[in-house]
Amino acid sequence: MASSHEKGSIFGAISYEAKYSDTPAFKYFVIANVVVTIYGFLVLFLPSESQLWRLVLVFDLVLTMLLVSSISAALAIAQVGKKGNSHAGWLPVCNQIPKYCSQTTAALVAGFVGLVVYFLLVCYSIHRDLDPFLVRKN
Amino acid sequence: MGEEEVGQKRQKAVVLVLRAAAFLATAAATIVMALNKETRTFVVATVGTTPVTASITAKFQQTPANVFFVIANAMASNHNLMMIGSDLLGLDYRGFKLPLVAILDMLNAALLSAGVHGAAFMAQLAKNGNSHARWNEICDKFQGYCNRGGIAILASYVGLLVTLGITVVSIVKLLKPKPQPQPLASEIEVP
Repeated sequence: MASSHEKGSIFGAISYEAKYSDTPAFKYFVIANVVVTIYGFLVLFLPSESQLWRLVLVFDLVLTMLLVSSISAALAIAQVGKKGNSHAGWLPVCNQIPKYCSQTTAALVAGFVGLVVYFLLVCYSIHRDLDPFLVRKN
Repeated sequence: MGEEEVGQKRQKAVVLVLRAAAFLATAAATIVMALNKETRTFVVATVGTTPVTASITAKFQQTPANVFFVIANAMASNHNLMMIGSDLLGLDYRGFKLPLVAILDMLNAALLSAGVHGAAFMAQLAKNGNSHARWNEICDKFQGYCNRGGIAILASYVGLLVTLGITVVSIVKLLKPKPQPQPLASEIEVP
């Protein structure tokens, strides 16, 4: 998403430039994913005997929710960009900047995959640490 | 045992109050956004001396993000209502209730978060427009619609915060180990 940048032109007369930073929703998406990436990278170096793993569980929950919200926001704006909104007079812009649109779509799909992975991570952590199904006898 | 019971009752009361607050907030958000509609008549052209008017309606169904917002808040308020009902009726599904409630509360929080953020960014787009995409802002013409949408989003944010608190309480309840039944003195066999 951060590297999606395209220059195009309509009829060779009006020059068009589309960057991710034009839209606050995409900026939010990039910032949220950057935060989650840095956090994941730092957690990789946590020693396995540390007591901070409970805190990691809490942070995983909060960051999963952050990912959900960032994908929802970016998807809402991307849907308007692709289909337009005839009631508000907003025309779809994907025809003028097809490469930008396809790169944004790929970024959203990757974000969704990351969300699914984090969700499975949280489910597994809760199953292991909190024992919700009461498997352990003691 | 009396202190433990009082503590448990207090915890139950706190959870009930939080769930009621979340239910009220999300229900208010649902209703305000679902009834959000504004019609304005504009003078489009003037033919001779008679002005030609066109009436434009702004409804929440025109934006898919707002539709998702309404659905998500409706599901969240329904979930909270069910949980309040099951708490008051004392239903217990043979010990599976605690993890079920915690998982459902987490799903609830994620759903609410997605709904409110999609609608919030669409509202920001409607308020400021986007000059790069040549999308005009519409809030200067439909102030009532935008105000009501803003109130609904605010109420949903409050509901989201309260739902986060409820999720934390539900997970903490999972952490407490179940009290093991102590054997009666008459059952202990002395070899």
